[in-house]
Amino acid sequence: MQLTVARAGFLTTVQDTGRAGFRELGVSPGGALDVHGMRVVNLLAGNPETAAGLEITSGNVRFQFPDSRVVAWVGGEYDVSATGLSVPAGRPALLHAQEELSFAGPSRGCRAWLAISGGLDVPVVLASRSSDVRAGFGGWHGRALRDGDVLPLGKNPALSAALIRSLQGARIAPWTAPFEWASPAERSPVLRIVRGNDWDRFTEASRRAFLSVKFVVSPESDRMGARLEGPLLERKNDTELVSEAVVPGTVQVPPGGRAILLLGDCQTVGGYPKLAHVITCDLPRAAQLCPGEQVWFCEVSMAEAHLLLSERTRALETFKIGLSLRR
Amino acid sequence: MKITPLGDSALIVRSDEESDDAPERTLREVLATKSAIERARIRGVLECASAYTTVAVFFDPTDAIAQGARPDGVMEWFESHVREAIASSGPKGAPSPARQFEVPTCCEGEFALDLKDVAVSARLTEREVIDLYCATDFQVRCIGFTPGFPYLTGLPEKLFTPRRPIPRTKIAAGSVAIGGGQAGIYPTVSPGGWNVIGRTPWRLFNPEENPPALLRAGDSVRFKSIVRAEFDALHEKSRPRQS
Repeated sequence: MQLTVARAGFLTTVQDTGRAGFRELGVSPGGALDVHGMRVVNLLAGNPETAAGLEITSGNVRFQFPDSRVVAWVGGEYDVSATGLSVPAGRPALLHAQEELSFAGPSRGCRAWLAISGGLDVPVVLASRSSDVRAGFGGWHGRALRDGDVLPLGKNPALSAALIRSLQGARIAPWTAPFEWASPAERSPVLRIVRGNDWDRFTEASRRAFLSVKFVVSPESDRMGARLEGPLLERKNDTELVSEAVVPGTVQVPPGGRAILLLGDCQTVGGYPKLAHVITCDLPRAAQLCPGEQVWFCEVSMAEAHLLLSERTRALETFKIGLSLRR
Repeated sequence: MKITPLGDSALIVRSDEESDDAPERTLREVLATKSAIERARIRGVLECASAYTTVAVFFDPTDAIAQGARPDGVMEWFESHVREAIASSGPKGAPSPARQFEVPTCCEGEFALDLKDVAVSARLTEREVIDLYCATDFQVRCIGFTPGFPYLTGLPEKLFTPRRPIPRTKIAAGSVAIGGGQAGIYPTVSPGGWNVIGRTPWRLFNPEENPPALLRAGDSVRFKSIVRAEFDALHEKSRPRQS
């Protein structure tokens, strides 16, 4: 069974929860920029959490379905609809054969993630189905989708098949994912950070500015990182640093003083000083930064970062139990 | 040895030594540290990666909490397990000998875009640059920038050449280049600001193979000058194995 991409939009790629184990060889973790969101949509569609879905980055995107499938999406404020049916974020919806699902937007935020029951059955390359578009492998022939692409779909898992039966009448499930998971995009978000290893190398004025002045996301932003325009962040001296690991969420500052917030397709190592790191819990909101958006940063302790993450993990477990009771 | 956080889901183990003083010893120490952490199979650790003087350890904080760590002690929990793994790895026996690679490289025509600039900056002839480069023992200190890209140290100071002021948007796969005091090989087409002095027909990164990258940290590399006809004959041939 195959999914037809009638309109591929600006940048639509196959992504799953990412590629672990190859950083040592320079391979980015990649995957959905909102890994948590990807897990949530898969669970809603009855898939294993790590199934491959689609990451949509603005524009008009349309898919045609070969047979009955449960779909679910989360992300920025997109208008998502299927023949006469509006599909809200975070709720499973039933699509029939030959039906078309369309995304338009976003009016807020940047990206959306779509799971289709059965998942996209593209080959696993280096332990993941994610597209590494920069390196040109994984996903669908290592590239973004184009109009007319036809992608293989896996078989509906038993959970999805049961959902398909139960959604025959209403088509949209009455239950929903928590609002902040379904719609993480905010206007002028405040992202929480912990200090980076090179925090103390920056002048006090720059550190203060970083935590008290808004930054604007530059148009030269992509899946590797969001470039930020704002106060120039200066170091006390220009000592050259030995390159070391960077991670999604790292805020690095190249000479010139303009910060870059790294995202999932970032390089594995970098030689620029690391001022801060956006906490893991806030990466879904970081993934919603679109060019022109304003963003603020505020500091939290490491303990708070871990507490927030452990609360979210617990909430996801509860969410899974809730879903299993509804079937 | 110092251990510092890298965001909330990773930490960095830092070697005590500066890389410039004793590069080979640092490299061996870093690789031994990485393998000790990997062998310990600490629950929650997802992967390790070395780079020059550091080893990064990536983990899932919730795994530590699931094993009884307090949410305000997660970093310490991983840090103590990492320290224990390194301490209990015992005396570092004789390190396994470095793998040796001789990378065929053609330094002719359009393959050697910046050979002239390197020669001018080194006050050598182009031939002398190639001879000196091919007489050098390089070491892979780190793989990064793009998948499979080796950062090579050992470049003779005479050949140090600053990066190009305006990076090129497209550098061909296989390009052998000098960036400041380091050398490297571009495995795939990518943008880049280094000075390209030749091209190898070898494929350095192939996601269909395991491991996908030809080189890894710790390998020894020498370059061997080949003529265009040899390049064409080797190109597209099956991937080379270590010698």
